[in-house]
Amino acid sequence: MSDLLTPTFLTALIAGGILAGIPLLFASLGETIAEQSGILNVGLEGMMLTGAFCGFLGALATGNAWVGLTVGAISGLLVSLVMVVFCVRLGLDQIVVGISIILCAEGLTSLLHGAFFGQSYPRLDAIDVFAIPVLSQIPVLGGSLFSQPAPVYMALIVVGLVGWIFRRTTAGLDLRAAGERPDSLDAAGVSVVRVRTVAEMACGAFAGIGGAYMSIVGAGTFVPFLTGGMGFIAIVIAMMGRGHPWGAVLGALLFGMSLSIATALQLVGISIPVDVVQMLPFVSVMVVLVVFAREARLPAALGLPYVRGSR
Amino acid sequence: MRVMADAPAPAPATLSSTAGTPVPAVELIDITKVFPGVIANDHISLSVLPGEVLCLLGENGAGKSTLMSILSGLYRPDEGRIRVDGSDVRIDSPRRGRDLGIGMVHQHLSLIPTLTVLENLMLGSNKGIILDEKTARTRIADLASTLGITVDADARAGSLALGQQQHVEIIKALWKGSKVLILDEPTSMLTPQGIAELQKVLVELKTSGLAIIFITHKLHEAIAIGDRVTILKQGRVVGTIGPEILRSSTPQQLQRRIVATMFGEEADEVADVAELREDLEGHRVRRTMSETPLLELVGVSAPGHHGQYGVSDVSLAVRGGEILGIAGVDGNGQRALAEVIAGQRRPSAGDIRLAAASIVKLTVSSRQRLGLRYVTDDRLGEGVVRPFAVGMNLVLKRIGDKPFWRRGTIDRVAINATARELIAQFDIRTPSSETRIGKLSGGNIQKALLARELSFQPRVVVFSKPTHGLDVRTIAMVRERIRELAGRGVATVVISTDLDELIDLSDRVAVLFEGKIAGIVDNGPGAETRIGELIVGAQAA
Ligand SMILES: Nc1ncnc2c1ncn2[C@@H]1O[C@H](COP(=O)(O)OP(=O)(O)OP(=O)(O)O)[C@@H](O)[C@H]1O
Ligand SMILES: [Mg+2]
Repeated sequence: MSDLLTPTFLTALIAGGILAGIPLLFASLGETIAEQSGILNVGLEGMMLTGAFCGFLGALATGNAWVGLTVGAISGLLVSLVMVVFCVRLGLDQIVVGISIILCAEGLTSLLHGAFFGQSYPRLDAIDVFAIPVLSQIPVLGGSLFSQPAPVYMALIVVGLVGWIFRRTTAGLDLRAAGERPDSLDAAGVSVVRVRTVAEMACGAFAGIGGAYMSIVGAGTFVPFLTGGMGFIAIVIAMMGRGHPWGAVLGALLFGMSLSIATALQLVGISIPVDVVQMLPFVSVMVVLVVFAREARLPAALGLPYVRGSR
Repeated sequence: MRVMADAPAPAPATLSSTAGTPVPAVELIDITKVFPGVIANDHISLSVLPGEVLCLLGENGAGKSTLMSILSGLYRPDEGRIRVDGSDVRIDSPRRGRDLGIGMVHQHLSLIPTLTVLENLMLGSNKGIILDEKTARTRIADLASTLGITVDADARAGSLALGQQQHVEIIKALWKGSKVLILDEPTSMLTPQGIAELQKVLVELKTSGLAIIFITHKLHEAIAIGDRVTILKQGRVVGTIGPEILRSSTPQQLQRRIVATMFGEEADEVADVAELREDLEGHRVRRTMSETPLLELVGVSAPGHHGQYGVSDVSLAVRGGEILGIAGVDGNGQRALAEVIAGQRRPSAGDIRLAAASIVKLTVSSRQRLGLRYVTDDRLGEGVVRPFAVGMNLVLKRIGDKPFWRRGTIDRVAINATARELIAQFDIRTPSSETRIGKLSGGNIQKALLARELSFQPRVVVFSKPTHGLDVRTIAMVRERIRELAGRGVATVVISTDLDELIDLSDRVAVLFEGKIAGIVDNGPGAETRIGELIVGAQAA
C-alpha cells in the first residue's frame, strides 16, 4: 500500500479531485445562494445537464471554451426561470417543480443530442492549462494544484466574492433575511420575490457553468445523462457548507477526490472493481450526512413559498 | 404598576394653533377588511395628531392588529382611504409605509434571530451596495441614547431577552425618522421597569412631534399613556374617550367606563379583574395544601442558551394546592427553569422530584404522563403548529390517543367535537375549528394554547406568562382557571414578569435574578414592595 503515497498517485488524486470538484463547486455555490434565500433548488441536476449540453454546443460551434461556458451559464439561468415563475412568483411546491425540471432536462437533452449527433460523439479540444509561475514548480502539489485550466482559478475568486457579498453587502443581508424570515424582510420594505428571483437566477447560472465545465473541460464531449447525479451531490455539499461558500469548496474537493480515486488507483496499478469505486462518492455522501447532518443549520424558511399576509 | 397609573397623564404637546384645526398625521377613513369567515375591520375611521398618543383598546380578535397592518402597508384594505398629513395615499407595501414615515412594532416580534442587532437594523434601510456599518452604529447609539436604553449592536437578536428585543424593535421602527409610530402590544412582554422606561421614551417621542398609536390590553396603561382612547369591538369603533374626559376623570371612573364600552352588558363579569380592584388581597382564598411538596427542585443548575441566563443552584418546593409565583426581569433564567422542570433541558446538577420520586432522568413525555405540564410563553414557536387547524392544535398533545385516533387514523368528528367544546369554553374567536390556527389573533392563539393544556388532569403545571396578550376579561377567566386548578390540589408554578399577576395569584413568590433565587416572599401585605426590592435591589447589586 506504500504505493499510495507516491507522487504519481497524489498528483492524480488531487488533479482529478479538482477536475471533478469544480463542477460540484459551481453548482453547490449556486445552490448555497438559492438556499440562503429560502429556495430549495432540487432541480440543480437539470440545470447542470442543460448547461452541459448547451455549453458543449456553444464550444463546439465556436471552438472556444469560454463561449461554451458562457452559453452554459445562460442556459442554466433560463432553466432557473421556470423555478422563478412557478415557485417564487406563484408559490408552488419547490420540490415538485424541481423534480419536473430534472426530468424535462434529461429528456430534452437526450432527445436533442440524438437529433443533432445521432450516435456520434464529437470531441472538443482540450482546454489550455494555466500554470502559475513558481508555484507550479513545487513537487507533487505544484503539478496538480497550480497547473489548472483558468476557470479553476476563477471559481476560487467567485467563491471569495460570493462570501464577501453574503457578509458585507445589502444584497447579501437581504438574501440571508429572505431565507430566515421572509415576512420580516417584507415588513422591512424589501421585496422577497425580487431577492429570491435574483438568487434563483444566480443559482441557475452557476449550475449551468458547472455543467458546461463537465462537458467542455472534464469530458471534452457530451453524452446523455452526463451529469449523473452530480446535482444531488452538490445539494448535499451546499447543505453541509451551512451557507458558507468556502464550505462548498471543501465539500467539492472532498467529493471530487472520492470521484477521482478510481483513476488514481489505476495509475498506480491497484485495481478495485469499478462498481465499488463508483459507489464511493455516494457512500461518502452518506457518511458525511451521518457525521454532519446534525450540525446542518438550514435557513428557517427554506423550501417555503412566501405569500404576504398569510400566517 | 400602580406606579404608572398614579403618574399624571402628560398633557398633549401643544399644536400650532395658528393653523386652526391641526392636520392629523394619519387618518384612516372607513377602513374595511374581510378575511374568510370574519370581518376583521368594519368601516373603521380614526385619526392621530402629531404629538399625540392614541390608545387602541379592544378584546382579543377585535381587529386592532389588522387595522395597524393595513396602515403599515402589510395588508391591503378592501375598502376605505388613508390620508397622511392631509393628503390621500396608497400604502400598497410595507416599504411605501416606511417611506411615508410609518414605523410599526409588530405584536409578534419580527427580528431575525440569526442576524445580529446591527444587521437587523440595517435590513431594508441600508443605502448603497455595501453595508455601511459605521453609520448604522452611530444611528443606533443616537437612538439608544434618545430612548435612554443600551443595546449591544453585535449580539445575535435571538440571544436577547424579549424586553431587549423590544427595544431593538422600537429603534427599528424609528430608524427612518418616522412620523407615526405604531406599537402593537409593546408592554405585554415587559417588566414594570421596562414599561416605565417605555413610557418615558414615549413622552420623549411625542414631545418631538411624533404621532403614536399604542395598542394595549392594560387599561391603566391606556389611561396613563393615552391622550385619546379608542375602543374597538368586533371590527368596529364602539367608543372614543377624548383628552378632556381623560384628564378630568379619576382612573377608576375611566376604567369602569372603558370596560362598560368594551364588554357592554357583560361588563359585570370583569368587574373583579385585578387592575380594577383597589386591594388585591381580597382575591386570595385559603386553599388546603398538601403536607409534603408535590414538586421539588433540589440544587438544580442548568446552562443558559444563546447567552441568556441558565439557572444555578435553584431549590424550590411547591405543595399540592399551592401557587408559587416566579418573578424577575425577563431573561434571568425563567426559560431555563421552566424547561428544566418540563424536561426540555437537561440540568447539569441537582434533582427534580415529583411527589418525592426523582423525575430528573425522565423524558418530556414520561413527565407529562406523570401529570406534569408546561404552558410555554413561546406560543408561535413551540406552542402551536401554525399551519394546522385550531381543532388539531387543541388535541395536539394527544396524538395517538382515543377517541381522536382510532386504529391509526384520525377521527375528525371526535376532534372537532372536543375542539368546539374547548372553543366555546375558552371563548376562542375563530371562524371554525378547521381554520388554521396561525390566522387567529394573538390573544386567541394564547387562549387555544391554554385550553389545550388545561384540558388534561395535571398534578403539576408550570405556566409561563399565562395571560400575556389577553384582554381583561380573558385574563380574569384564565386566572380563575389557575385558581381552580390549585383548588383541586395541583401544584402550580406561575412564571410572569407582571407583578400584579403574581400578587393576584400566588401564595408565595420567588424572585429569579441572574439564574439564582434572590429570595422567596410570602404573599401578603407589603409583599409587593419586598418583591419589587428583590427584583430591583438585586439588579443594583
Ligand atoms: N391573515 C389572516 N387570515 C385570516 N384571518 C385573519 C388574518 N389576520 C387576522 N384575522 C382575523 O381577523 C380578526 C382580527 O384579528 P386581529 O389580529 O386584528 O385582532 P386583535 O385585535 O389584534 O386581537 P389580539 O388582541 O388578540 O391581538 C381575528 O378574528 C382573526 O382571526
Ligand atoms: Mg393583535
